[in-house]
Amino acid sequence: MTQILLIAIVVMIFIVIFQIAKASEYVSVLKGEEKARKQNNKINAFLLISFLILGLIGVWWCNDMFYPKTLFPMGAASEMGEKIDLMLYITIGVTGVVFVITQVLLFWFSFKYQEKDNQKAFYFPHNTKLELLWTTVPAIFLTVLVVFGLKYWFKMTSDAPKDAVVVEVTGHQFGWEFRYPGADNILGKKNYKLTKGANSLGVDFNDPASLDDIHVAATMHIPVNRPIKFVINAQDVIHDVGLPHFRMKMDAVPGIPTTLWFTPLYTTEEMKIRSGNPNFVYEISCDQICGKGHFSMRGVIIVESEADYKMWLASQKPEYYTIFPDKAPKSTSIDSASTKQTPLATVIATSK
Amino acid sequence: MSNTISLQEAAIYQEHDAPHVEHQHHETFITKYVFSQDHKMIAKQFLITGMIWAVIGGLFSVLFRLQLGYPESTFPWLEDLLGHWAKGGKIQPEFYYALVTMHGTILVFFVLTAGLSGTFANFLIPLQIGARDMASPLLNMLSYWFFFLASIIMFSSLFVQTGPASGGWTIYPPLSALGDASSGSKIGMDLWLTSMAMFIVSSLLGGLNYISTILNLRTKGMSMTRMPLTIWALFFTAVLGVLSFPVLLSGAILLLFDRNLGTSFFLSDIVVNGKILPNEGGSAILFQHLFWFLGHPEVYIILLPAMGMSSEIISVNSRKPIFGYMAMVGSLFAIAILAFLVWAHHMFVTGLNPFLGSFFVLLTLLIAVPSAIKVFNWLTTLWRANIRFTPAMLFAIGFVSFFISGGLTGIFLGNSALDIHLHDTYFVVAHFHIVMGVASFFGMFAGVYHWFPKMYGRYLNNTLAFIHFWVTIIGAYLIFWPMHYEGLAGMPRRYYDFSGWESFKMFAGLNQFISVISMIVFAAQIIFIFNFIYSIFKGRRVTTTNPWGANTLEWTTPIRPGHGNWVGEIPEVHRGAYDYGKDGREFIPQTEPVGENESHH
Ligand code: HEM
Ligand SMILES: [Cu+2]
Ligand SMILES: [Cu+2]
Repeated sequence: MTQILLIAIVVMIFIVIFQIAKASEYVSVLKGEEKARKQNNKINAFLLISFLILGLIGVWWCNDMFYPKTLFPMGAASEMGEKIDLMLYITIGVTGVVFVITQVLLFWFSFKYQEKDNQKAFYFPHNTKLELLWTTVPAIFLTVLVVFGLKYWFKMTSDAPKDAVVVEVTGHQFGWEFRYPGADNILGKKNYKLTKGANSLGVDFNDPASLDDIHVAATMHIPVNRPIKFVINAQDVIHDVGLPHFRMKMDAVPGIPTTLWFTPLYTTEEMKIRSGNPNFVYEISCDQICGKGHFSMRGVIIVESEADYKMWLASQKPEYYTIFPDKAPKSTSIDSASTKQTPLATVIATSK
Repeated sequence: MSNTISLQEAAIYQEHDAPHVEHQHHETFITKYVFSQDHKMIAKQFLITGMIWAVIGGLFSVLFRLQLGYPESTFPWLEDLLGHWAKGGKIQPEFYYALVTMHGTILVFFVLTAGLSGTFANFLIPLQIGARDMASPLLNMLSYWFFFLASIIMFSSLFVQTGPASGGWTIYPPLSALGDASSGSKIGMDLWLTSMAMFIVSSLLGGLNYISTILNLRTKGMSMTRMPLTIWALFFTAVLGVLSFPVLLSGAILLLFDRNLGTSFFLSDIVVNGKILPNEGGSAILFQHLFWFLGHPEVYIILLPAMGMSSEIISVNSRKPIFGYMAMVGSLFAIAILAFLVWAHHMFVTGLNPFLGSFFVLLTLLIAVPSAIKVFNWLTTLWRANIRFTPAMLFAIGFVSFFISGGLTGIFLGNSALDIHLHDTYFVVAHFHIVMGVASFFGMFAGVYHWFPKMYGRYLNNTLAFIHFWVTIIGAYLIFWPMHYEGLAGMPRRYYDFSGWESFKMFAGLNQFISVISMIVFAAQIIFIFNFIYSIFKGRRVTTTNPWGANTLEWTTPIRPGHGNWVGEIPEVHRGAYDYGKDGREFIPQTEPVGENESHH
């Protein structure tokens, strides 16, 4: 019922608008088309200048309302991110000035030079000096922005420091998996053809380096104030590791590993205070459309103190033992694991 | 001018003009309205097909905005309308992504490429350069019918069981290559690729025709530097299309091979749904290079015609020459060249070599220079003008406003260090909708309002036009301006629902607001469509050949020109298109010889 009512109202509005439009056309014919045109001209010129003024107020108002919801007030949570924010501010400043000047000129000229009976347009087809001026001035500003930008770009994309904590990030429809290299600090080899059952990442357990690797899903722990390096993979389609709080992002491409690194500045607990949001979490958003569950491909990063991180890491069981519980040492010592070796091929063959 | 031109012109003249009078008696409904070879009729076919697509594409956006604005609500009537795609009155995620993908594809290719340059290149090129028709009217007709075929195929993909393509308008593989990864990548994707192949054939036929017509069929005296800026813009548009669409075709064909013939151009190391695929050695990123090598020029294919038409309309209605004609041509040329050299700015986060990336940063920001030149030239054209606010002029001014707003955010995105944060967020959505979507639509509306009297011999209703303009400009800013803030908060694009995200859910109220406005703006477009159809039959009649007091040649034809455009000889051109307000005269048509005492500049 309400639907029909709604449709009826919309149709009514259309009919009214149409009747007004038709009537105004008749009126203009009666009044003299030229006179009606001039009147419309004045109205539109007035509306244009009003649009400018209300628009600029609107821009201010919009900023007031939504600036607090952006990431600026809580600040970037990584070292590089702070520089990015500075650059964002500079770019907003420069483009903001250009925006206001050009929009004001556009609408103000439109208003000021609206058609008037005693006014003649000024014949002004070109002026080389002016044209050179507005070729060079933007070029100079852009050069400055490019120089700044590239400086940071090369820094961001440089190799991670040697002492970085390495975490392998793997995206799949629709979730994230993380692998830590374990005590030997080397990630074991993988081969996608080994992906089967519990070995969901296709780890090659013939590689001794893989035996102490730790595999967790969805939630990652990392220490604060240390460079973190992600080695990024995807299993099925392209995903993207989006880290808005760290101002970082990198595609996860099947078959082509990528990397990124950053240094987190605040623990999750500290961010709860900085953001004023007691539920704050660092989230990983998938930023490349990857299928129907794209919007729910969420990961969580817990940034904690070095000590907490070490404690968490020590409490994790290497993946090798969760997949092959019979190989797990009876003692809880993890170190002894690295001495054992099992040819995986035979295990897989028997498990078929 | 040169002999060759007058010879060609003579040939055309013989071909069309003498038998022309008889011809009109022989024309049947089919040859006049359906398989027409008259460029003006083909233009109308492109325009009306484009308008139908625009309504469909716009409706899709209203549907997915309904989901974004009201993620918690259900709408039982949606289930009546869409069946299992809206089970329980809620748009399903698969269908949401299908809607988003089709919205992008339809608006970018079918509306703003075919509907925009298809319409105005066809309509304006012969009329403004003084030709009786296109170089090849037959290929021109085929261009439309290939577009029609592409439309039919794309439309049919909406009705297949597994749904239309749903991997985004950029159809990145492996998602688009693997039916196991997404139901939209089943038969819907094959239809998408086939349709696009037809579409590319259409735009190549059209583009080659436009280029050869502009180069060869200009009337006597119409040197290249006397051409109106619309023609220059349409010329560069056609060149961009001819050079870049084949690359997309190659990408589409390779993708079809990967999908159906077991090749591995874009596939490697994939496990999908527990299935281990044999493909190794392909590169998913290669496709993105192929796609964006077209994709970036494509955005200028959409923009340049709008720039050209706005330049023309601003000059006519300012009663003042366009400021810096040569700089306007030069900046169009610079944009066209640079458009081929910046494609990887869409790929800064793919793991691109940073050194290579730095060149793309440089070249991308370089585009801002010719863009700035154009903006300042438009502003200077308005300075000390005597402006008439026809609906076309209002839309042209709106075009400049949106081009400024959206071009400036390009400077953020072109800077790779910032793009890492902003890529694939709503900031990008805001950027390209403002600079490409809305700005080009404004250019297109300006063109329709300005040349409608030439197309149909009647005027559009002004009151409806003013309502259309004001609702659209206000609404478009209300929709897209706040999206920058969502993007600065890192809110990703192409999300079906944000309520599960601690980082993004605070924008629920804003999303609802945007959805409501988008429905209002959509309704305003219906007013325009209504005005268009109504005025074809019932609009005020045009009573003079040159209602806007313009200089260009189309206004020297009869009010309703027949096939062949000019009744007698094609007029000769003696001057550029922008002698407005010169020597105290309001306007001096291009056909008027240069006077003895006329001033030089
Ligand atoms: C000052 C000039 C411009 C610059 C520097 C610029 C820069 C960029 C960059 C770097 C991106 C990639 C953003 C990302 O995905 O992270 C982008 C996206 C885009 N730009 Fe621009 N742009 C400019 C003007 C334009 C114009 C004039 C148009 C169209 C007429 C346009 C249309 C688009 C479109 C459609 C996309 C997004 C495509 C997609 O991912 O779906 N841009 N722009
Ligand atoms: Cu994903
Ligand atoms: Cu681009």
